[in-house]
Amino acid sequence: MPVVMDADRIARALTRIAHEIVERNKGVERLALVGIRTRGVPIARRVARTLKEITGDEVPTGALDITLYRDDLMRHAVGPQPVVRSTEIAFSIDNRKIILVDDVLYTGRTIRAALDALIDFGRPRAIQLLALVDRGHRELPIKADYVGKNLPTSLSESVQVRLHEVDGQDEVVVQQEAAL
Amino acid sequence: MSATGRDPRSAIRYPEETEKPEPRTADSGERKAITGLRHKDLLGIQPLTPEEIVLILDTAEAMKEIGSRPIKKVPALRGKTVVNLFFEPSTRTRTSFEIAEKRLSADTLSIAIASSSVVKGETLADTALTIEAMQPDMIVMRHASSGAGHLLARVCRSAIINAGDGMHEHPTQALLDAFTIRERKQRIAGLKVAIVGDLLHSRVLRSNIHLLTKLGAEVWVCGPPTLIPPEVARLGVRATSRVNEAVEGADVVMLLRIQLERMQGAFFPSLREYFNVFGMTEERVRRAKPDVIIMHPGPMNRGVEIASEVADGPYSVILDQVSNGVAVRMAVLYLLAGGADNEAAA
Repeated sequence: MPVVMDADRIARALTRIAHEIVERNKGVERLALVGIRTRGVPIARRVARTLKEITGDEVPTGALDITLYRDDLMRHAVGPQPVVRSTEIAFSIDNRKIILVDDVLYTGRTIRAALDALIDFGRPRAIQLLALVDRGHRELPIKADYVGKNLPTSLSESVQVRLHEVDGQDEVVVQQEAAL
Repeated sequence: MSATGRDPRSAIRYPEETEKPEPRTADSGERKAITGLRHKDLLGIQPLTPEEIVLILDTAEAMKEIGSRPIKKVPALRGKTVVNLFFEPSTRTRTSFEIAEKRLSADTLSIAIASSSVVKGETLADTALTIEAMQPDMIVMRHASSGAGHLLARVCRSAIINAGDGMHEHPTQALLDAFTIRERKQRIAGLKVAIVGDLLHSRVLRSNIHLLTKLGAEVWVCGPPTLIPPEVARLGVRATSRVNEAVEGADVVMLLRIQLERMQGAFFPSLREYFNVFGMTEERVRRAKPDVIIMHPGPMNRGVEIASEVADGPYSVILDQVSNGVAVRMAVLYLLAGGADNEAAA
């Protein structure tokens, strides 16, 4: 079970991304972070903290649950409905630049669902995408603006992001699917 | 909290350090979380496990936020057809189901008794099979006969949701009541809940007794001796005809409507006398806990089971119940939309 990122590398990647965000947007004015549940949410909060350290400004942070927008929602052959969790976006997204935050960018289908969900909250000025890991194999024309680590993988592998807030420790590991 | 106001709990929890992805209440925290209902239909609360009830309530919390968005619609049930079959008059339950269905993007149609072929003599099973032949995914039914939903569930492939069957159960009402209690009290276990009114004819009572006792509340029921069903004590509740005893120290007081339309006989001398002995007045409310909440499933008879000052008082959550009804029904529709797969997965 190879660990491809440890806690230090994750922290350095997120710090670098925070600087890229400031550079690209010329500051953090009218910016907001929206994490995709579950692990996008703590990543968004960490980036917001670093942005505050860099610029001194608070960047509003929200949480988005995309379950009800999934394109495979009613297509499960067998199995109960996926659990729906709450979406918490306590600020207006109208005319803001929204940075969507997820742990792993893979097929792009989660991001497609998140874009649809976000548009239901208003009309943002722009949406950018942040992913801690980009593992390739896109099935939709979606590209990340900020990437922690590009990780070439095969389809038979799975990428697990573990975060202190959810899993008790920070690491990214690659596993063979069969081993799961 | 108004129907349109943003739920204060939906505020972001930044800069809180830890994310708690698991269900948020003391009630659910102690139990093993489950991810699905193991039923094709929702016919009553009785067959549900406490874990399934908590799953519905947690899902409803997520659904409630949708009602505060500028665009109050998610695509979850796109392409699903839901038929609302109402054999009894209903405004709030039918409207609530219709709004819930539309917010989930289902295609809906409502059939009211007066315009259906039931008035031409068709049996319930034939009506159901006719509708079933048009392949809806779910049927929401209200009927004056207890057990009508069970009959439908036997002959239909579609998921059946009981929106009230005779004097038997009204599961979504009990679920929205529990949701409202949990929202205000953050728990259900250990609360004293007093239910006062027409116990005999109430399907809301039966569903609420099942639900509240499964989640560990102490339930008291109160009404005239003629309106207390003799078997009620076997359901694990305390029955009394002394309203002060029921209300004393209560966390929740729930009033039930006097259902004159179901009464064939004289159960009490007059409505005025009923109000004098059992009506919920401010004076009686004062015997309950200071932070008591007053609930009523509606429609209310002001001056019969509840005084106007109480219905409009600061402790009344009657309108919260109505707005929570939509969220709870969205949760039930969503969780049952997997259809027969729910049972296959069990």
